[in-house]
Amino acid sequence: MVASAEPPNLLDSLDEPISPQATNPWGDRLFHLVVRGIAGVVLVIFGSIGVFLAYQSVPTFRRYGLSFLTQSQWNPELDKVGISSTLLGTVEVALVALVVAFPIALATSLFISEYAPLRIKGLLVALVDLMAAVPSVIYGAWGFFLLMPHATLTSRWISEYFGWIPIFKVNTDPAAAVWAQSRFVNSAFIAGLCVSMMVIPITCSVMRGVFAEAPLGEREASYALGSTKWGMIRTVVLPFGRGGIIGGTMLGLGRALGETIAVLFIISLTFNVNFHILQNGTSTISALIANDFGESTSAQLAALLTAGLVLFLMTLGVNTIAAVFITRSRSGAATEI
Amino acid sequence: MSAIEEIGPESLVSGPQLTTGITGARLDAINVSAWFGTNRVLSRVSLSMPPGTVTALIGPSGCGKSTFLRILNRMHEMVPSAKLAGQVKLGGQDIYAAGQRVTETRKRIGMVFQKPNPFPTMSIAENVTAGSKLVGMKLSRSEREELIERSLTRAGLWTEVRDRLRDAGGALSGGQQQRLCIARALAVDPMVLLMDEPCSALDPTSTRRVEDTIHEIKDEVTVVIVTHNMQQAARVSEQCAFFLAQQGTPGVIVEAGRTEKIFTSPDDPRTEDYVNGRFG
Repeated sequence: MVASAEPPNLLDSLDEPISPQATNPWGDRLFHLVVRGIAGVVLVIFGSIGVFLAYQSVPTFRRYGLSFLTQSQWNPELDKVGISSTLLGTVEVALVALVVAFPIALATSLFISEYAPLRIKGLLVALVDLMAAVPSVIYGAWGFFLLMPHATLTSRWISEYFGWIPIFKVNTDPAAAVWAQSRFVNSAFIAGLCVSMMVIPITCSVMRGVFAEAPLGEREASYALGSTKWGMIRTVVLPFGRGGIIGGTMLGLGRALGETIAVLFIISLTFNVNFHILQNGTSTISALIANDFGESTSAQLAALLTAGLVLFLMTLGVNTIAAVFITRSRSGAATEI
Repeated sequence: MSAIEEIGPESLVSGPQLTTGITGARLDAINVSAWFGTNRVLSRVSLSMPPGTVTALIGPSGCGKSTFLRILNRMHEMVPSAKLAGQVKLGGQDIYAAGQRVTETRKRIGMVFQKPNPFPTMSIAENVTAGSKLVGMKLSRSEREELIERSLTRAGLWTEVRDRLRDAGGALSGGQQQRLCIARALAVDPMVLLMDEPCSALDPTSTRRVEDTIHEIKDEVTVVIVTHNMQQAARVSEQCAFFLAQQGTPGVIVEAGRTEKIFTSPDDPRTEDYVNGRFG
């Protein structure tokens, strides 16, 4: 405007902006509407779950306030309702699952995408996907009847050698003639082991997806410099897949936080704040809800739904962060000129 | 083929040698054939690429030039169904002989690709030293800095990026990225540099820079370049090989010889037709 020597009116008429718009055929518009509608319904359902849980939680929060989050006991008969121990148990089980699942998923996905011969690649992908298709109740039964008797030996070994680290400590009598196996069963550690079986396929398939997308040009560049396969993976595949590694892990964490039946099978619900993950007795939010749901009064039900709200928000947060990492990863954006 | 010279150990340690001597290595392809699955794409191709010269591989698309180039540093075998026959000798030694390490071969015979492919998560400096890291060369800080400057200078990029060596390699322009890739390939001190249509994605100015670089390095590194650009072949190369794959038959070298001759008085009429733009 400053530099213009012409009268402004004339310029305005010359610079009249138009926004050209192609008219879409009605089929296109119809499809657009239908797709938009379906996407909208998904959002509405999801949002309504949150609203419903929040609404149901109002009486609980009105009665117990913030002590709902700090109280460790869940004993409605004594009017003691809180989820601090349950929250801790939920996080413990999920973290154990993650620590076990992460290296296995990473190694499996690298093997499938980079090392497996072409003819067995499809089979391996199908097998991992099949792991995700096994109902969690089966994993629970497997964990309880098959895994637990053996896992307690592992727990004992860990506590014997690493018991000086507080979380691996188990309060038993070291001088006892027979080791107290009952102290090691039903623990967060064993539940986490079992849940990791369900986390592995999700995490693995997200990682495999991004690894497979690592650009051929960069792979070849690395090989042409005289790199070994492992060198190529370190310089190209892993940096490229970083978003997927983090995102897949977070997605697995979201899955682990919500796992119910398998956990309920293995743990014995107790409501003490228990930092010793190898020691028996813990609780998780979803297991608590599943366990108490059938025999609740309406006030107790509301309290359970409040616990559900907390879990809903936690998994929502974790999954959102995972989604951000996955979409922000360089997937699809190969080296551009 | 009998007079293939042995390379002495001194040419393994190149670097900024100010001698006028030619330090690149001789590369000989002898009766090279190639297949993808059962489809034969090259038939008994023999070509000598002497040190100190730039060899251009020309010919229409699909005639096997790129396949031939990728056979020269064992990149061909990256394709699962790929097979080959024949020998490729670097300084007299067959790179496909049993016991030859493929990583060592590729380190000695570098490659620049059609599409610039710097490592996008690395800085400019890290891109240059990526090769030395990958092959396990231990460098002190000063050696590293010297290597970066020397390689970027050889690739004609130093003055443009000297102040932003820590910037991401992917942030450069296409032409600069390609020169970064050349610097990266030169940084591991190869004896031969293979270039697969290195300028096809570049603007004329960048193309000119790359051609200048080829002229500057050809005494130290034997250069083999695939190009679709006849003028470029005429500008940069001393010898030229014309590849052709007639319908349904595998690619062969119709004619190879001094570039001047190929472009002015070729023996084969098909060569003349091609270099004069009558087909392809």
